[in-house]
Amino acid sequence: MACEQWRGKLDAYVDGELESPEANALGTHLRSCASCAADALGRVQMKRSVQMAGQRYTASAELRNRITKIAAAKPRRSSGWLWILAVPALSVLVLSVALNWYVRRETARHQRVYSELADLHVAALASATPVDVVSTDRHTVKPWFQGKIPFTFNLPDLQGSEFTLLGGRVTYLAQTPGAHLIYQIRKHEVSVFIFQDRGEETAGAPSGPVSAASFNAENWTQGGLRYFVVGDVSANDIQALSKLLKDAG
Amino acid sequence: MKVPQQAAKFEELAMPLFDQLYNFARWLTQDTAEAEDLVQETYTKALRGFSSFQLGTNFRAWMYRILRNSFLSSRTGLKVTVAIDEDADESSLPSESNTPESILISQATRDSVQQALADLPVPFREILLLCEVEEMSYQEIGETLAIPIGTVMSRLFRARKALRDLLLKQNQGGRHGM
Repeated sequence: MACEQWRGKLDAYVDGELESPEANALGTHLRSCASCAADALGRVQMKRSVQMAGQRYTASAELRNRITKIAAAKPRRSSGWLWILAVPALSVLVLSVALNWYVRRETARHQRVYSELADLHVAALASATPVDVVSTDRHTVKPWFQGKIPFTFNLPDLQGSEFTLLGGRVTYLAQTPGAHLIYQIRKHEVSVFIFQDRGEETAGAPSGPVSAASFNAENWTQGGLRYFVVGDVSANDIQALSKLLKDAG
Repeated sequence: MKVPQQAAKFEELAMPLFDQLYNFARWLTQDTAEAEDLVQETYTKALRGFSSFQLGTNFRAWMYRILRNSFLSSRTGLKVTVAIDEDADESSLPSESNTPESILISQATRDSVQQALADLPVPFREILLLCEVEEMSYQEIGETLAIPIGTVMSRLFRARKALRDLLLKQNQGGRHGM
């Protein structure tokens, strides 16, 4: 193989990513070709320089202590309470307490999803650039997400409705990427979040309308996607936008 | 008991990554206070989601992914994120050769490499850190950044080229300044 062809593989070679037959062949070539050997050496030196330069920052002891405490804490979403059920003597009382606790915990989990979404909504609006793709045209906004999130979705035609599309951005909920669209109605902004319906975190919230802390929200699953509509507008407006999205999806 | 075991397991897996995660967070945010917040947020989220983490899969990539996603959705992250054109795939990787200058660059000082790394756009900076400092495999980098291996290779290639260009520029600038 000519030097030109080997050069394209030098990075993978110095990164240790070439399969052994190819790595062996390249190794043989390097022993007989001074120019490729010098090239490979340059790349190795560059890797070393970045490695040394990249090891730069040391955390404070205070942060280490804080993080150690967090890491040693009991995971919040555990199922360790089940052992209680095994104690028959206390069964009735304990059962009712446990059930109550379980319901509250589930409610807290649902609220966490909503509070995180409400945070995302507020953070986006407070940002200097609430949307990364600024357009009222759904045919501009939808393709912008291509390659940025691992799914596609349909957006409604807003003609004849009071809603305007302001744009969109990529967002994350429970480490899952999704689409965040911002609509406007009578100077109020409403956020629409779309995620793939697979994360337990997003599935944690039951479908249906929700009202909390001056926000109204609605969520549903459609075509493998989980939709959330969140805003400080009336429940009716939230429903109207949800219906437009449902019809489009 | 199941719960303390799970907590112990998390601590056992997560604490050895602390120093490296902080270094990575500090590089991403370019700010001490923000890096500390980011690391704390990462551990809190990871602990909360630990029950959904599958033992036997790559824990390190999982932690880095949480940290990076938290950074991307933070205010600084949203400001600094630059779209990188990913048109180049594995098959069209350019086979540009290292010129003699690159040997010169490879002898650049630690300070100048640090400056150049800080000046790189975030997508280039993070992939270089993951590859060279964390010594992640292409597979692991792909899992961390949620991109296919072909994209890992092309982005890495471009990041290295961008770093070389910056160092060359520094070098020329330094010479002119003398």
